[in-house]
Amino acid sequence: MADTAKAKGGGTAKSTGGRRRSRKDSTTSATGGTTSGVADEKPDVLLDYYRRMVLVRRFEERTGQAYTQARIGGYCHLNLGEEATVVGLMDSLKERDYLYTNYRDHGYAIHKGMSPRRVMAELYGRSDGVAKGWGGSMHMYDTETRMLGGYGIVGGQLPLATGAALAVTYRGGDEVVMCQMGDGTTNIGAWHESLNLASLWNLPIVYAIVNNFTGMGTSVERSSAEPDLYKRGSAFRIEGVRVDGRDVLAVRDAAVDLVEKARSEKRPYILECTSYRLKGHSVVDPAKYRTEDQVAEARANDPVAAFEEQLEKAGVLTEEKKKEIADAVKEEVADAADFAENSPSPDVSTLFDYTYATPVANESRRMPADPVFAE
Amino acid sequence: MTEIYMPRLSDTMEEGVISSWVKNVGDKVTSGDVLVEIETDKAVMEYEAYEDGYLVKQAVSEGDTVPIGEVIGHLGDSPDAVPEESSSGGAAAPAEQEPAEGGGEQEPAAQEQEQQPAEQAPQQPAASGPDGEEGTRPRSSPLARRLAREYGVDIESISGSGPKGRIVRADIEAAAKQGQPQPETPATATAPQAAAPAASAGQEGYDDGRDSSELQVSNVRKVIARRLTQSKQEAPHFYLRRTIDAEPLKGFRSQINARLESAGTKVSFNDLIVKACATALRAHPEVNRSWVDEKLLQHGRVNVGVAVAVEAGLIVPVLHEADRMPLSEIAQRSRELAERAREGKLKPQEMSGGTFSVSNLGMYGMDSFSAVINPPEAAILAVGAMKQQPVVHEGEVVARNTMALELSVDHRAVDGAVGAAFLKDLAEVLENPMRIVV
Amino acid sequence: MSVITYRQALRDTLRAEMLRDDNVLLLGEEIGLFEGSYKITEGLLNEFGEQRVRDTPISEEGFVGAAVGTAMLGLRPVVELMTINFSLIAVDQIINHAAKVYGMFGGQTSVPMVIRTPGGGGQQLGATHSQNIELFYAFVPGLKVIAPSSPADAAAMLRAAIRDDDPVMLLENLGLYNSKGEVPDGDETVAEIGRAAVTREGSDITLIGYSRMAAMSLRVAEELAEQDVSVEVVDLRSLRPLDRQTVVDSVRKTGCAVIAEDDWLTYGIGAEIAASIQEGAFDYLDAPVRRVAMAEVPLPYAKPLENAALPSAESITTAVKETLSAVGKRVG
Repeated sequence: MADTAKAKGGGTAKSTGGRRRSRKDSTTSATGGTTSGVADEKPDVLLDYYRRMVLVRRFEERTGQAYTQARIGGYCHLNLGEEATVVGLMDSLKERDYLYTNYRDHGYAIHKGMSPRRVMAELYGRSDGVAKGWGGSMHMYDTETRMLGGYGIVGGQLPLATGAALAVTYRGGDEVVMCQMGDGTTNIGAWHESLNLASLWNLPIVYAIVNNFTGMGTSVERSSAEPDLYKRGSAFRIEGVRVDGRDVLAVRDAAVDLVEKARSEKRPYILECTSYRLKGHSVVDPAKYRTEDQVAEARANDPVAAFEEQLEKAGVLTEEKKKEIADAVKEEVADAADFAENSPSPDVSTLFDYTYATPVANESRRMPADPVFAE
Repeated sequence: MTEIYMPRLSDTMEEGVISSWVKNVGDKVTSGDVLVEIETDKAVMEYEAYEDGYLVKQAVSEGDTVPIGEVIGHLGDSPDAVPEESSSGGAAAPAEQEPAEGGGEQEPAAQEQEQQPAEQAPQQPAASGPDGEEGTRPRSSPLARRLAREYGVDIESISGSGPKGRIVRADIEAAAKQGQPQPETPATATAPQAAAPAASAGQEGYDDGRDSSELQVSNVRKVIARRLTQSKQEAPHFYLRRTIDAEPLKGFRSQINARLESAGTKVSFNDLIVKACATALRAHPEVNRSWVDEKLLQHGRVNVGVAVAVEAGLIVPVLHEADRMPLSEIAQRSRELAERAREGKLKPQEMSGGTFSVSNLGMYGMDSFSAVINPPEAAILAVGAMKQQPVVHEGEVVARNTMALELSVDHRAVDGAVGAAFLKDLAEVLENPMRIVV
Repeated sequence: MSVITYRQALRDTLRAEMLRDDNVLLLGEEIGLFEGSYKITEGLLNEFGEQRVRDTPISEEGFVGAAVGTAMLGLRPVVELMTINFSLIAVDQIINHAAKVYGMFGGQTSVPMVIRTPGGGGQQLGATHSQNIELFYAFVPGLKVIAPSSPADAAAMLRAAIRDDDPVMLLENLGLYNSKGEVPDGDETVAEIGRAAVTREGSDITLIGYSRMAAMSLRVAEELAEQDVSVEVVDLRSLRPLDRQTVVDSVRKTGCAVIAEDDWLTYGIGAEIAASIQEGAFDYLDAPVRRVAMAEVPLPYAKPLENAALPSAESITTAVKETLSAVGKRVG
């Protein structure tokens, strides 16, 4: 089932697999979270997705805990409630494809291939972190796995990802760039400029909007003149698709479809994944702006719980298997936390190591109390 | 008719001596003219007229001493105006010129009160740069200051050619070529005769309405100015006074001198006082201290400086370990040092290392006075003249020789009660002079 | 040795670098078909094609950011911003991204890109098109900001910028594009970023400038030489890193300094230079450091107003003479 928006000039937008079109009508379909096509998918794949979703869930819970224990500083945004979206999107990418994300990036980092240990170490600000402790929660980065960064400035990653796609075409490569963002990002100038460039220059990029209907505390209806975000590319003749972000298979199918089209056609696409943020915007957000009904609804839409129930009903997930996965994930997350805890903090002597890649004359290495000129 | 009163020209001044009248009776006086030079307890100060008129009377003769607030002269509208008989009271003498005697613990309020009259009192114009800004040093560029140090040019002795009289490199270089005076150093400061010849002294006239000319300033004078300014600015002084019965001391001195006659040595009262101080300091190490750079130093040795007036200025040779010297040696050494001080032949080490000083103006007939502490020492003893005074002795009023002692103390290092205990003991030693030698 | 314009030096260098390295591509508004608003890229589209000489829409944030993205994947983009005023639209991408990617991700990916952009007033372009806001970028660690004042330096510094692995902002100047100077034929000099240069030696006073003001300072020095004044000229060349040592060494020699800057005085580049002199040459200063800078107004359109507001050779000369007279050297 697909909603399609015909855009003037031939661009199309459509919605697939989703029960919900916007916050307004979502309350009428609160039974959602049902994953489509479970019966047609291999059990191994389903169990793997389930394991990955649980990993994100437990990892983020552990992160939240470490944050409250002051092991983690700064801002900290969790992927709780977005596990199906994270896993579905990441499974659509090849190893050689590039990923840019916003600051809610822990799950993406892990499922693009970084080890939970090094992601957790980065959260702890330790030298074994993926960015050696220089980035923190919002700035996971790994050249090896081609996760080219979580970015803290809303929309900042869009022009960069677009440029990465330009570099791919410049070199005649067949990689695709995926650029993940939140719903609020579609209001920023960089969104419009990037879409324009990507369409104009025929760049292989998929802009993946994770629409949890809330930009910090502002709902989509209150911030976007076109709340159907997948339609917002129509002005640039970019086809957009909306998918239920609670449905890991639907997300994966839509993403694979768009990623491969971007690869073969050298064209940009938009994929909107609707989802629920189970908690506040960040660890420190009590989310008081949500009504009790909304919170209850979000709980009811917990994609991990829903997927688990479905797999159990389908006979794919046995009690034994569930425990095995739970134990393994618990062990993996505990191991990540232990690793982070035991990783050394970066040495202060490295403070000036990453200002410039090319050494340069007269680079300042002055510490705060140092005189500019020694007597 | 305007009365002119003895002004308060120093914080410790109680009375002043008319050093010299600059204006004679009948002279026309313009506001700002120097009327009279007044010797205070510290210095000879010029005192200017505040109003126009004619000096019609000098109420106090040169060399005479009068307390603050006393009429010293009259200004009239015409040269032959006749002053009325001196009205009393004019400018009230400061209510409290000195800290209360006793513990020496001055309340801040009392100090403030003490300051007020000084502010009201006529003041000498502050040393001014050519731009008229008040300041203690002329404008100079950092480069000029550095070059002055390197060339050994005394930057305060030259005038600047830059904006508002700023001394710049060109001025220093010109001065260096002409062989300007060297800046004072501890070494030259100890040798007054090494001061540069006053070749240029008085050459440059000052158009300041006072017919002034600049005198060559000796290095000794500069050191005095700098060190004593520092002392008065940094060391919170308090003053303790005690008048001793000097009869026993007088008798003791005669005795000793009779005994030493064969050795050709003579012990002065000052020698006795120095030795008594050394003895008292040994017994009161808490006075033998210095407050330096936020640190309190306890000196293990008792080195007593003795102020000596020489032509160039005040010199303070030091009797090292005076507490261990026999009286005869103190006498001998003092004379030797004083002589060499007058000749300008003191070695630097003979002028340094003091832990306490004695200043004696008794030979000038001073009843008593307040001395400025010689930093970094914590105290200085000011000794007045031995005078016959009516005193109550053994129940009867009799004439006896007395001597006034005043101890100036740096409150940062020594508190009032501590200083008082020291002075009490010192007085008792002097009143029982056998304790000096025993 | 040929005498060429600043513009020509930039163009020749762009071309040579594109021939040398396939990873070098140009992005910017009107740089292709139109051949550049100031004709720096003239002929390059024809020679290298659309892939390497890419006209962009008017979307500074988008294409500056896209250039950062291409640089992250190893290309060496050279972005032209039509004037530095338009860089304000791309500030997020320049300061929050280009300058941060290398350090923020622990040194994993460098951003070898160049942003070429002219500053400068004096063309009657009005308040928004006449600013000198290089300070905004010179303030930011992670960026390198250079400002050539001569054709030879323009070539050598652009060469250095393109070959550098960090984001480099190359500040050009509208007033310099037509200036001429000697550039050695076949010159392959790669300037050292982070180094100032003493472009004229002297002993009486140090005159410090960059970009157009460095060129103007040289002219002032030449004129004053006829009046027997020996002016040493320091061309800063690199605003970040800043070569304080060269400045301070010169001031230690001459004892006084005048700074000529095209930007506003308050918090401007000259303020940093003056502070550096104070720190590094305190005991050598014979006069206060003097600054010649733009009047603190949005630059007006009308010519007499614009002229009055901008620093000129006359205003620099006045400041030099007054400073010299303060140290006892009367001139003129």
